[in-house]
Amino acid sequence: MEKSAATEMVNIKINGREYAVPSGITILEAARIAGIEIPTLCYLKDINEIGACRICLVEVKGSRSMCAACVYPVSEGMEVFTNTPRVRAARKMNLELLLSIHKKNCLSCIRNTSCELQTLCNEYGVDDEYFSGENREYQLDESTPFIVRDNNKCILCRRCTAACSNLQEIGVIGAEDRGFDTHIGSPFEMKLAETSCVGCGQCVVACPVGALYEKDDTQRVLDAIDDPNKYVVISAAPSVRATIGECFGYPPGTDVEGKMVAAMKRLGFDGVYNLNFAADLTIMEEGTELLHRLENGGKLPLITSCSPGWIKYCEHYFPEFVDNLSTCKSPQQMFGAVIKTYFAEKNGIAPEDIFVVSCIPCTAKKFEIGRDGQSAAGVPDVDAAITTRELARMIKSAGINFRELPDEEFDEPFGIGSGAGAIFGATGGVMEAALRTVAEILLGEKLEKLDFYDVRGTDGIKRATYKIGDRTIRVAAASGTANAKRLLRAIESGEESYEFVEIMCCPGGCVNGGGQPTQPASVRNKLDLPALRASVLYKADSEMDLRRSHENSAVKRVYDEYFGEPGSHRAHEVLHTFYVKRGIY
Amino acid sequence: MDNTSILSTRFYGGQKRVALRNCGIIDPENIDEYIAVDGYQALAKVLTQMTPQQVVDEITKSGLRGRGGGGFPTGRKWQFAMGGEPGTQKYVVCNADEGDPGAFMDRSVLEGDPHSVIEAMAIAGYAIGASEGYIYVRAEYPVAIKRLELAIKSAREYGFLGKNIFGSGFNFDIQLRLGAGAFVCGEETALLTSIEGKRGEPRPRPPYPAVKGLFGCPTIINNVETLACVAQIINKGADWFASMGTEKSKGTKVFALGGKITNTGLIEVPMGTTLREVIYDIGGGIPGGKQFKAAQTGGPSGGCIPKEHLDAPIDYENLSAIGCIMGSGGMIVMDEDNCMVDIAKFFLGFTVDESCGKCTPCRVGTKRMLEMLDKITSGNGEMEDLKRLEELANYVKSCSLCGLGQTAPNPVLSTLRFFRDEYIAHIVEKRCPAGVCKDLLRFTIDRDKCIGCGMCSKVCPSNAIYVTDYTAPGRRKPSYAIDPEKCIKCGACRDTCKFGAIEKK
Repeated sequence: MEKSAATEMVNIKINGREYAVPSGITILEAARIAGIEIPTLCYLKDINEIGACRICLVEVKGSRSMCAACVYPVSEGMEVFTNTPRVRAARKMNLELLLSIHKKNCLSCIRNTSCELQTLCNEYGVDDEYFSGENREYQLDESTPFIVRDNNKCILCRRCTAACSNLQEIGVIGAEDRGFDTHIGSPFEMKLAETSCVGCGQCVVACPVGALYEKDDTQRVLDAIDDPNKYVVISAAPSVRATIGECFGYPPGTDVEGKMVAAMKRLGFDGVYNLNFAADLTIMEEGTELLHRLENGGKLPLITSCSPGWIKYCEHYFPEFVDNLSTCKSPQQMFGAVIKTYFAEKNGIAPEDIFVVSCIPCTAKKFEIGRDGQSAAGVPDVDAAITTRELARMIKSAGINFRELPDEEFDEPFGIGSGAGAIFGATGGVMEAALRTVAEILLGEKLEKLDFYDVRGTDGIKRATYKIGDRTIRVAAASGTANAKRLLRAIESGEESYEFVEIMCCPGGCVNGGGQPTQPASVRNKLDLPALRASVLYKADSEMDLRRSHENSAVKRVYDEYFGEPGSHRAHEVLHTFYVKRGIY
Repeated sequence: MDNTSILSTRFYGGQKRVALRNCGIIDPENIDEYIAVDGYQALAKVLTQMTPQQVVDEITKSGLRGRGGGGFPTGRKWQFAMGGEPGTQKYVVCNADEGDPGAFMDRSVLEGDPHSVIEAMAIAGYAIGASEGYIYVRAEYPVAIKRLELAIKSAREYGFLGKNIFGSGFNFDIQLRLGAGAFVCGEETALLTSIEGKRGEPRPRPPYPAVKGLFGCPTIINNVETLACVAQIINKGADWFASMGTEKSKGTKVFALGGKITNTGLIEVPMGTTLREVIYDIGGGIPGGKQFKAAQTGGPSGGCIPKEHLDAPIDYENLSAIGCIMGSGGMIVMDEDNCMVDIAKFFLGFTVDESCGKCTPCRVGTKRMLEMLDKITSGNGEMEDLKRLEELANYVKSCSLCGLGQTAPNPVLSTLRFFRDEYIAHIVEKRCPAGVCKDLLRFTIDRDKCIGCGMCSKVCPSNAIYVTDYTAPGRRKPSYAIDPEKCIKCGACRDTCKFGAIEKK
């Protein structure tokens, strides 16, 4: 009989009970197998395994000092104690020390009730004044339009720097100074805006406390709603409906589109639209651009431009690829541009009297709205880009009982989105949506199978070659700037070549964006959040009849009534933009 | 050269020079002089007559232990790094980031006998199968750096470093890396991180460097003084080395003797020498007829040895038993004029400054401890603070990430153990028994001793001394008095008064 190569097991004892666990795993993982949750603060699986916060300390028989469960490997015969008086006292003291440097304005803190430090303090019954002492006062870094850093709340777990350096491989933030003066910042104490930060916000969703948060634009939105002279519209990006439920107690991976729409309507917007419509519009323009470049010897590969974090990354770190970028505005900007031109003209509203809000999973979008070349009607296409978290806060503060809401539909004329638009929120989604349309245009007939499985899934880089008619199209989709870097280097060196490349700034795509609901490390380390959230989008797509962008009737109408053909002169004026070459720092 | 006279002095008589054997004897900038005192003989011997395992066995048998503070058996460390696939990249690293205040053992070796370190690193490289070595030396040692650079260059020219050394097929070369002044980089994992070009912060162990060290490769890290013993062990044999010292601590140890002692400077004594011999024989006792109070060993990571342990033989085990550590060998002698709370505060202040800030206990815990000590020495302490201080000190000791944090509370815990009464005097009586803590001092003038000359009031920088309307019986002038509100406790008045009328309490 053949034996499969089984994982080597070791026998250990946890709190006196015996377990056989795979060798090489950490005490933390072994304890989880044993059904014991050891608290962590600094630990983020794979990207921050540094044993720095010391909250996960346990006793190991024979060891003089206590051991950090998150990094300490199990070994044969090891005896671990996770709940002794000494362990409890150490954790309590650790929390009390952290509280002594932490600005404790919990009641008004953005992370109140979702703060990992707060949760632990609650569990361990700490005295928050036990070790009070001197503290440094830090000024807020509000230099960027997307992220605010409040080091007065920072507990120096380094999760943000790990997200920046290890996950995204950007590294514009790190530890400055040393000892008690250690704080997180940019080299030479530069403000974040002076660095080549791309604004992805992965640091924000990694932060366990309220030291990092998006720049809040909700007040500007509320003011616009209250202004009788403003016509205020909102659209929701594809991935928001797959995640906002998490802010209202739904498990990750719950589709709450109907309730989200109902909530937005109750907030008083004059129009509640579906950004999937603009995603479809993007496919029309980008697909046309791809065909045009293919046929006319244009710059290839064509690289998608939906992700503003990716755009900024490209401009800073790979300026030589700027000409490869699709000139298409992102769906958010296309939506705003359509509203302020076509919609404004059609309804006789002056563009400056329209206030366009987009709800997006993204912090970088807050930067995008202020870019040059994003004002089709002479005023900014989009006036406020609010994250999923901000929308959830608006809903809560308006007293709307989200869970009790009925399911409602988006408003016309921009309420329709195809399944192709829906999957924009996941890595590979834009690629797949574009392939559906481009293939049918090239073939001149309908595809039987619309699923391009090769470009789905949460792998960092996905590659595929498709034969469409007599044409071969080589494609790649990368998510996360670290993967983007690897892919671009391979293209640069000639190792790999493609006709069409999709790049998303955040690992897993928009479902894992920096503007998405924060989940504690305990959840992040256990669940595959990007995959769970993306499953909502693929399920929606599979259940729809309308799965092709070019069949979206709302899109067709906009072309019929306003732009003429995709890629027309007017479409270029309104729906396309340009990029700049930036340096590093 | 007639050495008899100098060797018969009390200072040298009790010493046994192994690590420092060539320091001051040979010209460190001339490789021929090192060769003349059997230099590179040991390297030739291992490369031509010994297998790597025999080298490791010899070192193990000698009982040599790490001189950088930990006291880990050197042979065992080398053994861990042996093996693996042939051709595995491995490294030998010399830790020359000597940072304890007042300690300069490694510096003396590097400046006085750099080749002994280079030779030992090549031997270690042969033993574990490494072809590359790094010496991480602090940039504040310019002379050591210059001499190391020169020594490496000469060794390459003579074929003691480089390809095919002694025709044996063994390749080994060494590079220098300069530390940028962070004490924590003396901690081995922080040192490796720093060599890798990153912020010098420690990383969790396991994995130990012998398994996964520099750039993820098996690495051994030895301190300068440890390496300085290696060639002699090979030349003279493990038994010779093991014949010196105590049962578990073999060989000699260099100490940097300082503080309230007549003969200061570097000394090297066999392990097991008593503190009394070091202080009263070699050190020549305490100057000014003062009483010995304690000796602080191990620098900011160590503790103090009080009077009652003067006769304890100094070795790893005995020091550890009294809550002290050998450390790298700093030894500061203190007399009755030293306040032990103040001493604890001094050393803790050093570690607070030098904490890298990575882990919570060290970054925040040591700072809060220092604040408690400040509170106590300024007369604002309560007995509750003592409890809290001890609780926190034990926490920082057992919960910190690296050796720096784990030993930072030692000066506090050690003084609390042996000089608790001094803490209590500061807290309960608001008094500093040694008269050091300024906030607790009061200068007063004995009005009956004061002759009214007024010298004190002239030197007082804060105009705190005034004439009273009291004239002592038999005096012609009225006496002076000090306004405690204005007094800054500089002591100038007391130094000036010829009549002993000014008291410090």
